[in-house]
Amino acid sequence: MDTVLQQLINGLSLGAIYALIALGYTMVYGVLRLINFAHGDVYMLGAFAGYYLANALDLDASPSILGAIVVTLGAMAICAVIGVLIERFAYRPVRHHPRLASLITAIGVSLLLEYGGQVVFGANPRFFPQMIRAEVYSVGGVQITNQNLLIIVVAVIVMFGLEFIVHRTRIGKAMRATSFNLSVAKLMGINTDYVIAFTFALGSALAAAGGVMVALAIPRIDPLMGLMTGLKAFVAAVLGGIGNIPGAMIGGVLIGLLETWLSATAYSTYRDAAAFAVLILILLFRPAGILGSATVEKV
Amino acid sequence: MRVTTKILATAATVGVLLGLNYLFEYGFGDFRINAYYARILNLIGINVILAVSLNLINGLAGQFSIGHAGFMAVGGYSATFVTVYYGRAIAGLLGSSLDDATGAAVVMTISLLTGAAAAALAGLAVGIPSLRLRGDYLAIVTLGFSEIIRVIILNIPAVGGATGFTAAIPITNFFWIFAVAILTIVIVRNIAASTFGRVLATIRGDEIAAEAMGISTTRYKVLAFVISAALAGVAGGLSGQLFANPLNPQNLNFVRSIEIIVMIVIGGIGSISGAVFGATALTILPEALRRLDQQFPGLRMVTYALLLILTMIFRPQGLFGRREVSWAWLRRRGQDRPAAAIK
Amino acid sequence: MDCASTAWLLLAAVLLSTVACERKSDGVADTTGDIPVGFYGSLTGDGASFGQSSREGAELAVDELNAAGGVLGRKLRLLVEDDQSKPEEASNAVTKLVTQDKVVAVIGEVASRRTLAAAPIAQRYQIPMITPASTNEKVTEVGDYVFRVCFIDPFQGEVLAKFAYNDLKARKVAILRDQSQDYSVGLTDSVAQHFTRLGGQVLPPVSYSSGDADFKAALTRIRSDKPDVLFATGYYSEAAIITRQARELGMKMPILGGDGWVGDALQNGREALNNTYISNHYSGDNPDPIVQNFVSTYKKRFNRDPDAIAALAYDAIKVLADSLARAQSTNGPKLREAIASADVPGVTGRLKMNAKRNVDKPAVVQEVTYAGGKVTFVYKTTINPG
Repeated sequence: MDTVLQQLINGLSLGAIYALIALGYTMVYGVLRLINFAHGDVYMLGAFAGYYLANALDLDASPSILGAIVVTLGAMAICAVIGVLIERFAYRPVRHHPRLASLITAIGVSLLLEYGGQVVFGANPRFFPQMIRAEVYSVGGVQITNQNLLIIVVAVIVMFGLEFIVHRTRIGKAMRATSFNLSVAKLMGINTDYVIAFTFALGSALAAAGGVMVALAIPRIDPLMGLMTGLKAFVAAVLGGIGNIPGAMIGGVLIGLLETWLSATAYSTYRDAAAFAVLILILLFRPAGILGSATVEKV
Repeated sequence: MRVTTKILATAATVGVLLGLNYLFEYGFGDFRINAYYARILNLIGINVILAVSLNLINGLAGQFSIGHAGFMAVGGYSATFVTVYYGRAIAGLLGSSLDDATGAAVVMTISLLTGAAAAALAGLAVGIPSLRLRGDYLAIVTLGFSEIIRVIILNIPAVGGATGFTAAIPITNFFWIFAVAILTIVIVRNIAASTFGRVLATIRGDEIAAEAMGISTTRYKVLAFVISAALAGVAGGLSGQLFANPLNPQNLNFVRSIEIIVMIVIGGIGSISGAVFGATALTILPEALRRLDQQFPGLRMVTYALLLILTMIFRPQGLFGRREVSWAWLRRRGQDRPAAAIK
Repeated sequence: MDCASTAWLLLAAVLLSTVACERKSDGVADTTGDIPVGFYGSLTGDGASFGQSSREGAELAVDELNAAGGVLGRKLRLLVEDDQSKPEEASNAVTKLVTQDKVVAVIGEVASRRTLAAAPIAQRYQIPMITPASTNEKVTEVGDYVFRVCFIDPFQGEVLAKFAYNDLKARKVAILRDQSQDYSVGLTDSVAQHFTRLGGQVLPPVSYSSGDADFKAALTRIRSDKPDVLFATGYYSEAAIITRQARELGMKMPILGGDGWVGDALQNGREALNNTYISNHYSGDNPDPIVQNFVSTYKKRFNRDPDAIAALAYDAIKVLADSLARAQSTNGPKLREAIASADVPGVTGRLKMNAKRNVDKPAVVQEVTYAGGKVTFVYKTTINPG
């Protein structure tokens, strides 16, 4: 029994990681209809930004919660700037080319970050400083670390935060308008360039927060860490209904639980294929995802 | 007359290829083909098949697949499987062996056809669910598909699992690679010039308009997709049975698919000549840049990525655009006469 | 006409390039100047740690030999090629070394699948290849021109199984394997086979893939079976995270691994690494002067402790040099004969080629400890083959 409970906790922790990244994917897709392949790599950059900041503050030797918050905010700020730069110099110039051009550009940016990362940081995995010491809570034979708990809590906060921004604020209204029809939004006097840049800044900052949180719990970072995790997070976003914020959360947790369940059975060798198999099934039977539908308001 | 010309052209092509193949294997007098160059040339041929076939779906039909390596894997592993496990038996039925030219040729034909069929089936299975949907879903599904294939291959010990299919028998040679490369070019070229090709061009231009004109867009897209997959499968079969080039799940991943995409994007999406050029250039370049890559590890892929982005921003049509390098085009350039006058 | 034109264009290109490729064959090997020795390795990509270590070990050996006057009165020159951790690139690199650079022998690779991809080339062109650290059984079965200076996986599995059964008194063991690495799959089979033969119980192996970061589901499953010992047969990068997450789940049993654990990133496991053991090719603690001499010169030159991979690459060059001297020739077949009868004292033990072109060497078991920000391998025991 405690094994089942433990696996549930494991699945939730893993799912929260996917969900955290999926939220950023889904937001950018909601506004621009662009699969931002580089999102997983911004997540990686966030982890590396956190790595350098935390080492500069020597947080590995002297952990502190305040330090961790400073590092996370710093990484978020750095990645927000990177996100805006990527949008300005790679995506904006091709925004009016055919859709294919945007997609190829996105793949290009993703490769650039992954391999540029290998050139700059080296291919060897690094150890992420333990800004918050791992503590294992044990309840009735079920273990969870404070770091995993943190990821789950942050994912939930981010989800509600995004829902609030998109549905309750002025800029959220502008985002929804841009998503609905970019040209008309422009005619209505909305500075769509600004809205899109804001979306990228927000999405990238979230990716960075995710990167730092995950690196804290699984302290091995390398330039390719965003590749698979990013792809699976994207699948999670599609599963939940791309463009739908609570959907990304649900999709992430479902993929996490599914992978955990597979790992715990004799089919552990097929675990990496599971997310993609689910994707194909979803597209066959419910192309809009679990929460998505043609009429639901996106972004 | 036209039929005679075609037959003659085919015979001449086969003759030339066989002659070259002899040169490759046995040399001519004191001369030998340098094995390193020969290997690169063979890899160029395989990449030409991959690029031109991907061009059918990405260029002509305007659908974006990023899982070409997956189809290459399906076809390649099936083809190699046939040769490894049934090759000797098949050759034996003919009273021949795999070391014999006839026996090897028959086994190669059967193995490549099996590879093509397997990849085509995979193309059908992937194409039907995803081609009904918007373009970018195809991208992500093809990517997912190639990941699934990779994981499945890892779980089949009969094909080597993680070690790669090192049991492969090296029966691929220069002749087969370039015969298939030329065949691929002819097939894709003829499709582009046919009614089917016009339909694909219409779908690329405006899918809704095509639908309104009564075209069953999904059917045509799936058909193009299946042909493209089958050709990639043949390329896999050739690649996996090339000397010292065993198929390996690690090689048939996302990055391999991207490399093929870079080839057609650089050459010009939709142009067969462009795909041939891109495949050739991007096979030679990394070998020429070996030293550079050693000093700055990873720089090659960084260059690829920058090439992709910059091409998309400044020259989205690629080097060739949709133009083809043909006799008519060359003559037109030389004599400054309208094309119609030549025909 | 239009459709044939593209095809003809391709043909023309082919013709042109073949003409450019033509070159007079020369069967006579150079007898003057430096002796070119090929080296290929994963200097970049996910196996970069192996490539760099083996390169350093080989370079050190070549420089020492040259400083002592070289071989056959000539100096050795190491030509290094990177294969980016990809099997296909390994074949390209070795083809270039053998046919273009005309090397007399090839040293490499560490990972078995890359050696397996490139070995047929050495065999076809009759250029001996000595792999420092490819432990997969199949590698030297490619042909009689392929040699190795390390033990093989079946032996390593036996060593680990024996150590777990006899020294750790384990009776029920679990195995976590990297299904995407042939090395890990092979080692898993071998451990399972030998442990069962000893009379122990082996739980069904649980799989992951290189690059995975979350092993808690697999570990929780293993935990519920309460094994005495856990084997993690993959490479260092994941091994660090596996030990860490196992400890977080309250699994305190010893964790065992193979020589693939040896890599910089293993230190990411930190305190969790305590109570783990590995089988290895050599121990830097060995007081034998040949070992201590190697350790100190390596440290002086590269400013870090040599790992087993570096030691093996160093030994591979030593075997090659010794064989060149005995063959009195750089000719492939003659050199092959000499390597086949090599019997050289090496840093990693006595290097005596057997009929299968492998060496029968003992393996050491080391305890991994983490203290003061540093991983150390403490010698535990030596296990002999047979």
